[in-house]
Amino acid sequence: MLRYITKRLIFMIPLLIGITIISFIVIHLAPGSPTDLQTEMNPRVSAEMKERIRAMYDLDKPLYQQYLSWLGKLVTLDLGNSFATDHRPVFDKILERIPVTIIINILSMILIIIVAIPMGVLSAVHQDSLFDKITGVFVFVGFAMPTFWLALLLMILFGIHLGWLPISGIRSLNYEYLAPGAAFIDLVKHLVLPVLLSAFGGLAGLSRYMRANMLEVIRQDYITTARAKGLSERVVIYKHALRNALLPVITILGLSVPGLIGGSVIFETIFAIPGMGQLFYMSAMSRDYPVIMGILFIGAVLTLIGNLIADVSYALADPRIRVA
Amino acid sequence: MKAILKSEFWYRFSRNRLTVAGTILVILLFVVSFLAPWISPYDPGEINLRMVLSPPSGGHLLGTDQLGRDVLSRMIWGSRISLKVGFVATGIAILIGAVLGALAGYYGKWVDTIVMRFVDIMLCFPSFFLILAVIAFLEPSIWNIMIVIGLTSWMGITRLVRADFITLREREFVQAARAIGASDFRIIFIHVLPNAMASVLVAATLGVAGAILTESALSFLGIGVQPPTPSWGNILTAGKDNIDIAWWLSLYPGLAILITVLGFNLLGEGIRDSLDPRLRN
Repeated sequence: MLRYITKRLIFMIPLLIGITIISFIVIHLAPGSPTDLQTEMNPRVSAEMKERIRAMYDLDKPLYQQYLSWLGKLVTLDLGNSFATDHRPVFDKILERIPVTIIINILSMILIIIVAIPMGVLSAVHQDSLFDKITGVFVFVGFAMPTFWLALLLMILFGIHLGWLPISGIRSLNYEYLAPGAAFIDLVKHLVLPVLLSAFGGLAGLSRYMRANMLEVIRQDYITTARAKGLSERVVIYKHALRNALLPVITILGLSVPGLIGGSVIFETIFAIPGMGQLFYMSAMSRDYPVIMGILFIGAVLTLIGNLIADVSYALADPRIRVA
Repeated sequence: MKAILKSEFWYRFSRNRLTVAGTILVILLFVVSFLAPWISPYDPGEINLRMVLSPPSGGHLLGTDQLGRDVLSRMIWGSRISLKVGFVATGIAILIGAVLGALAGYYGKWVDTIVMRFVDIMLCFPSFFLILAVIAFLEPSIWNIMIVIGLTSWMGITRLVRADFITLREREFVQAARAIGASDFRIIFIHVLPNAMASVLVAATLGVAGAILTESALSFLGIGVQPPTPSWGNILTAGKDNIDIAWWLSLYPGLAILITVLGFNLLGEGIRDSLDPRLRN
């Protein structure tokens, strides 16, 4: 097992280098430069001045040199300094934003698992029942739902008409004066809508996948054998069938990581949550190359780690595919 | 033989009520966007400052926006944007996906390795991040959005086409074509690729739905289709800005997106089930 993990980790390196090369090329070949935003509006900036700013950021060097020096610094976990006026190290900037994003994503992942799996299993076991049909409709609507629109509707309903939940930020203005218990409730209230919404998209996909798996497993010979032995239906379904149907789900969860991270841009912008997605949106708008590179890189690392965890847990759970 | 297959396809296709519903929705959308100049009650750009943010009424069925423009008319014109983006972006994705998948599946070996590693790399990006990064640098315009969405959504099609090519390349008709001296180019594009089009068609229909969703999200964030050009996404931006007073700005455009995407999804799944019932899940 340890050898397998090491092998996978080593294979991640060329993949990561490929990812950084593509990000680098995409960002730098796109027209427009970070100096434009600082100088365009200012008639007193001369062409020579622009060149000096470009030189300050090393933007005058050939692309491969810029990339190599970026890669060289990366080895020491240095992602460079932001082009924004604060010029802070990119690594620090991202680090302070990551916890909120990861907490929201993990919570919504948990929500997806505890809702979608029972939903899929029940609709497979009671195929063509009313429950199955209702979840079928829910799944279809879920696939087609623009979640940012659902966010707007829920904000109107719970935030404005009912006034139950706050609609922006992760803390109330009086957060610092609240008792620890009240402060926690305040935080939870702020997280309810974002977590619910970022889970929504995955819910439909996973429950449908779970249903398909379960339907396939139920038709296998070993399930017939289990029934023939005289086991109760409950044991057959929830012990023999469920275990086998659950296995492939692990992979799907691993594959859903990039979608969740990508979705955080939309939710964090709508709900004004100070996470990685919002930082990315702001950096993209101000053409802050180092921060954009840093977040693309870290997003890819998180994705690869998600896939690795999924594959390892799959191998741990299923002796048949354990890799030598 | 072909006629029987065709009628079998049509039989399965037309018997599924959901598929028929999806087809009707899609056709309706085409009709609305084609007839936009004749059926929209107002000019979508017509500003009326005396009717700012007025709720749905007899004069303005779906209300007006922050400049007093008629929301229904803007939505009707917005359907053109959604369809255009959906089809052009998907066209680009098919072009890239089919060519790369065909090359990888036909030649195998190192060509396959390079293409599939490239696919792996592209799949590692949270794709919305990549789209955002590129769009932010380009001038946000409808053309740039189509191109960028197309460039970031071809990976699934590549995998499908590759898988088809791997099974097809050993078949007799390919050997026959090779025996009479057909060039690789001819074998790939004239003989094999048409046989792989079925799965591409399904992926493309679902892809149109995905592209429409992405466009609306980008326009909603202010980096997609720019006002005053109406798109469903940028009407929703106005909805968010006036969230506490004008619910109709948030409700109707989103409903239009939902119904459109639903239509294309139902159509895509219907085509898949009718082409090959075994694929059904």
